[in-house]
Amino acid sequence: MSELSGRDIVKVFPDGTRALDGVSFAARPGRVLTLLGPSGCGKSTLLRIIAGLEAPTSGTLQLDGESLEGVPAGRRGVGLVFQNYALYPHLTVAGNLSLALETQRVSHAEIRGRVLETAELLGISDLLDRRPGQLSGGQQQRVALGRALVRRPRLYLFDEPLSNLDALLREGMRAELKSLFERVRATVIYVTHDQTEAMSLSDDLAVMHSGRILQQGPPLDVYRRPATVSVATFVGTPRMTLWTGRRHDAELVCRGVRVELPLGLRSSAELCAGIRPEDVELSASPLADGWPARLTLVEPLGAKVLLTLRVGDEIVRAMTEPAHWTEQVWVRWPRDRVHWFDAVSGDRIEDRAEVRGAT
Amino acid sequence: MNRTRLIEGRTALLVTFAVGLVLAWSLAPAVWQALTALKPDVQITKVPTSYLPHPVTMQHFASLWERKPLGLYLANSAWIATWATLLCVAVAAPAATALARLPGRGREGVLLALLMLSLFPPILLLFPLYEGVRGLGWINHPLALVLPYAALNLPLAVWVLESALRALPAELDEAARLDGLSTLRRLWRIHLPLALPSLATTCILVFIFCWNEFMLALTFMTRDTSKTITGGIASVSGASLYEIPWGQLSAAIVIATLPLILLVLLFQRRIVSGLTRGALKG
Repeated sequence: MSELSGRDIVKVFPDGTRALDGVSFAARPGRVLTLLGPSGCGKSTLLRIIAGLEAPTSGTLQLDGESLEGVPAGRRGVGLVFQNYALYPHLTVAGNLSLALETQRVSHAEIRGRVLETAELLGISDLLDRRPGQLSGGQQQRVALGRALVRRPRLYLFDEPLSNLDALLREGMRAELKSLFERVRATVIYVTHDQTEAMSLSDDLAVMHSGRILQQGPPLDVYRRPATVSVATFVGTPRMTLWTGRRHDAELVCRGVRVELPLGLRSSAELCAGIRPEDVELSASPLADGWPARLTLVEPLGAKVLLTLRVGDEIVRAMTEPAHWTEQVWVRWPRDRVHWFDAVSGDRIEDRAEVRGAT
Repeated sequence: MNRTRLIEGRTALLVTFAVGLVLAWSLAPAVWQALTALKPDVQITKVPTSYLPHPVTMQHFASLWERKPLGLYLANSAWIATWATLLCVAVAAPAATALARLPGRGREGVLLALLMLSLFPPILLLFPLYEGVRGLGWINHPLALVLPYAALNLPLAVWVLESALRALPAELDEAARLDGLSTLRRLWRIHLPLALPSLATTCILVFIFCWNEFMLALTFMTRDTSKTITGGIASVSGASLYEIPWGQLSAAIVIATLPLILLVLLFQRRIVSGLTRGALKG
């Protein structure tokens, strides 16, 4: 099990695009680190730099304490699963799996053994003589996985591997990947823009935006204590409701609604309050400390229903049980479930009382 | 419904007619040549023209075969054209692979420069090449043609191969890099197999050029046993200065063309099978 760390990685492309702007991270041995972010945030560039397909403009990468600088892609001991699989169309599945081993000094018998073993693991044993063009998307995905696995790399890299599959297959493959990661016990870096994938697969989550890592930590920590407004809106579906307002005494005054401020909050004139839809309490009858709200949109999601409500002049979204909701409802949010951010910098403001209580 | 069918029918008729016209236009000289080769001498110059040979005669082929070492000419042509093609493609393929991965500006510059080179009329090269070939003592040696042929066809070969290789997804090359394949191995195991149809096309085009080339072949190959088929045909002359042996010349041209036709037919099947391979669901 290997350990990878990156320090201050900067990548500026020849056309002046600053794809990575000083990124530092650590992938723990035997754990899955997910790079999560919208397209164009630099996550794929970072992955390509780790793979050795691009050189960083500055910054260092260390795999098990050794610098990766100048080490060509083929010698890094990394296996990369491409978004579009990039299988060799003119080779059979067996050929695709064995090509990497042929370049190493591995005997024919051993190559054969390892190809069969990998195919067995992925359930593609009966496809070994087919060509990629004869396989379904899910099967191609398995072969792409196999091509990385068969080399027994020190580090596995995944570049949005599930984004080309249809929804049903994606969920199945996601579960398979998860159990595969647990069986192989390898160090994995996984790039995705799908936060459900990130939540379910990763041990560590790094949320990226405009070439920077905004927050890194276990996925539930990131979900519970998002470090910035960007992280808060990107992690968690349906997304968090955010209200901006001015501080007035012990309350944040928004448009037509006020939110009670926690006691330990550091002073800041303009604040953002964030409430996750799953934290909003709803009632058909008036609630103590609640606000009257008007129901404007109902989106049934199956087990849950997503309501869009108007409170004063603000919009709040609430996730709740499917029921017949009348137009007039009352909403309330527990004080400790409100996330606070500085409206100017977007940084999280910790409620000191809460922090003390948590530790 | 009926109306669209009518229009479709009319279009089909027009297309058939147009294709027939093009075919007649391009094939007529070749057909005329072949017919002439099969006519007895009296019929060739007869007025009014008689179109079909009657009786069909192989006399021109027979007398030509007796007079000239045609087999040797063909063998020389095949030998020289094959080596020139191999050399040309062997140099063009790595060059095209490298070019295909150069960023825009650099690639276009090199390709344009190559195009400019191929715009020079070959006759400009005749004298310097002749001096060079004589200086090296290569008159009547296959190398005197193999090297210029390979060089003259390089721009074409690089252009065709570069566009084919550029169409390959960059990820395939990256996957191969991660699999630890060296540059040469990637060329051999990934790029060339995937560009096989274009490679075959390039080979055919270059081979046809080498086979048909006349000026350099005539100049550098002076000994009868070294001549290629084009030079050989040129040396077919009549009994006197005023007699042109049309029948024998036509026979020689037919003999020179047949191998090319066979080659193209053979390769064409390869190209088609290369294109459809792996596309069929099992």
